[in-house]
Amino acid sequence: MSFLKDIQSSIVKSQVWKSIFRVGIPTDNRKRALAMLGNVVLHLHPIKVKKSGLRMSYTWCMGGTAFFLFLVETITGLLLMFYYRPTVEYAYFDMIDLREVAAFGIMRELHRWGAHAMVIAVWLHMFRVFMTGSYKPPREFNWNVGVILLVLTLLLSFTGYLLPWDQLAIWAITVGSNMARATPMLGSEGPGAALLTLGGTKLIHVGSDARFGLIAGRTIGGGTLIRFYVLHCVAIPFVAAFLIAVHFWRVRKDGGISGPV
Amino acid sequence: MEAIRDLINFFSYPQWSFTLSLVVFGVMLWSRKLWTKKGGLLMLVAVTAFFCLSLLDPNFRQVVAKPDNVPIVMMVFIVGYFLWLSLYKAFRNDELTEAGEPTFEKSEVEDKIFTWPDLVFSEFICMVILTVVLVIWSIALQAPLEEPANPSVAPNPSKAPWYFLGLQEMLVYFDPWMAGVVLPGLIIVGLMAIPYIDTNPKGNGYFTFRERKSEIVLFLFGFLVLWCQLIVIGTFLRGPNWNFFGPYEFWDITKIEPLVNVDLSEIIWIKLLHVGLPSHWFVREIFGILLMAAYLFVLPVALSKIKFFKKYYEQMGPARFYIGISLFLVMMLLPIKMYFRWLFNLKYFIHIQEFFFNV
Ligand code: HEM
Repeated sequence: MSFLKDIQSSIVKSQVWKSIFRVGIPTDNRKRALAMLGNVVLHLHPIKVKKSGLRMSYTWCMGGTAFFLFLVETITGLLLMFYYRPTVEYAYFDMIDLREVAAFGIMRELHRWGAHAMVIAVWLHMFRVFMTGSYKPPREFNWNVGVILLVLTLLLSFTGYLLPWDQLAIWAITVGSNMARATPMLGSEGPGAALLTLGGTKLIHVGSDARFGLIAGRTIGGGTLIRFYVLHCVAIPFVAAFLIAVHFWRVRKDGGISGPV
Repeated sequence: MEAIRDLINFFSYPQWSFTLSLVVFGVMLWSRKLWTKKGGLLMLVAVTAFFCLSLLDPNFRQVVAKPDNVPIVMMVFIVGYFLWLSLYKAFRNDELTEAGEPTFEKSEVEDKIFTWPDLVFSEFICMVILTVVLVIWSIALQAPLEEPANPSVAPNPSKAPWYFLGLQEMLVYFDPWMAGVVLPGLIIVGLMAIPYIDTNPKGNGYFTFRERKSEIVLFLFGFLVLWCQLIVIGTFLRGPNWNFFGPYEFWDITKIEPLVNVDLSEIIWIKLLHVGLPSHWFVREIFGILLMAAYLFVLPVALSKIKFFKKYYEQMGPARFYIGISLFLVMMLLPIKMYFRWLFNLKYFIHIQEFFFNV
């Protein structure tokens, strides 16, 4: 054992290690605090936490799980982007290649099951936050940030569902986006849309309504694919990442994980 | 065996299973015995046994084992587990409070612990476990890939992604503008409004049931009975043409369900008054319009006078009370419409096809 200890201490004391981590393995409280402050990832955390908030049976670790899955999705998604081309000609066959030719042939699986798991994790996180009453003051705003994150998570999943460009994908998106046709005022079959006319011409019709804007055409096609691809890979993740940062910031500013006062 | 299967198929039809779930929901919240370790184990064994026995049935197996449906099976178990955990902790805390002792969380809240190493290490271990689970899951179960997209051949049934199947199931009872736009929008608005409507200062930062009964009952009703249950129905029990199929029923494409639904206007003008439908839409639909207006605008005011609600009215003030009760009534429109459909074959309360305005 003393052999291993020697190796450990020579690593920890080396110039390389110190240059990266700034402190060695913490042995006293001062160093424990410095370990948290001196590291950009760890400093998301406070130096000390309430014991009640640390318990798995309190937070269920569900917010953390949702965040971890968000990271998994980012990394696996990035790897998928190396192969996948969002065009009607290639998309489906790139899926097959991902399964049969690409190295680590489970990237798609990780990405898909991770996405399902993230949806469930976010629901459970919300469920936990509700059951501990953690949305009550001063955390009202963070609950609202959370609700938007929930919506974004669902939209991420929904836009991603189209990308394999198989029967499952386009028909699920067809069913989903058909709803937009019925948007009040803004859908061609929505209540009130007929009222929006200009000099006798209808403003809202199948070529101009909310559904048309969503799927970039009258039917699901190449335009929809590229639109959903950009939303899925760039726009929504960007907004979600920003809001997650706000969410974590507010967890800290609202006094850390909730607990009885 | 066959008889039991038929019985379960029969009682899984929405009118029965939904009613049953309401009863179960009531019993669940009323009985504390379920939310003990023993009760939890019993429920787990019962559900698992039901699930495993059902797997023997080929029709059941076929639906449950679809790759994209596997997460929903897991979700049912996971949601069940966490429901148990939260109520277990809530009732233990309530027992402590009743005995005049501090809650479990209270006894630990002053105790501050260094983040390094405790929190950092538990996060690390969580990540390792999650990674392992995800990798095993991905190796064991291939992501689905069906035939290449073909816009001219619609699969039957065509289903939205599973997390939206609750909304798709609502389409049975409401038109798309309600089920697909207004109600989901109000779910989001309602969720966001929760912290501003709920003025109960108690139960902030610990599990409890006693101190915030109505909040919890309402939330669980929405989350479990409406949201999760409709997803399960939409995923496992809706087959071709969105017809209902019991868990052991074969998804027969040729199954035909007679369309016998009638509008409120038809029931009143034709069946009760024997005069035929008036030609102007406003006169024709006047009863439905009055009914809806009464439900959404008169009922909240009437409720605020009732003793049970008066308490909340005074606590919350008029603005919070009316917003809260309106959101609640809109949520209740769904089960109400369901029962009207099952009992009277009601199609629409208000049916103004002229403007696509059907409720
Ligand atoms: C992408 C989605 C989300 C991520 C990554 C996320 C992450 C987190 C994390 C890591 C925490 C720390 C405590 C914990 O793990 O429970 C937290 C706390 C919190 N979250 Fe989320 N969250 C998400 C969505 C939501 C949603 C949907 C809601 C509610 C509708 C919500 C409301 C809150 C609130 C109020 C807190 C403070 C809880 C407390 O102090 O006890 N979050 N979130």
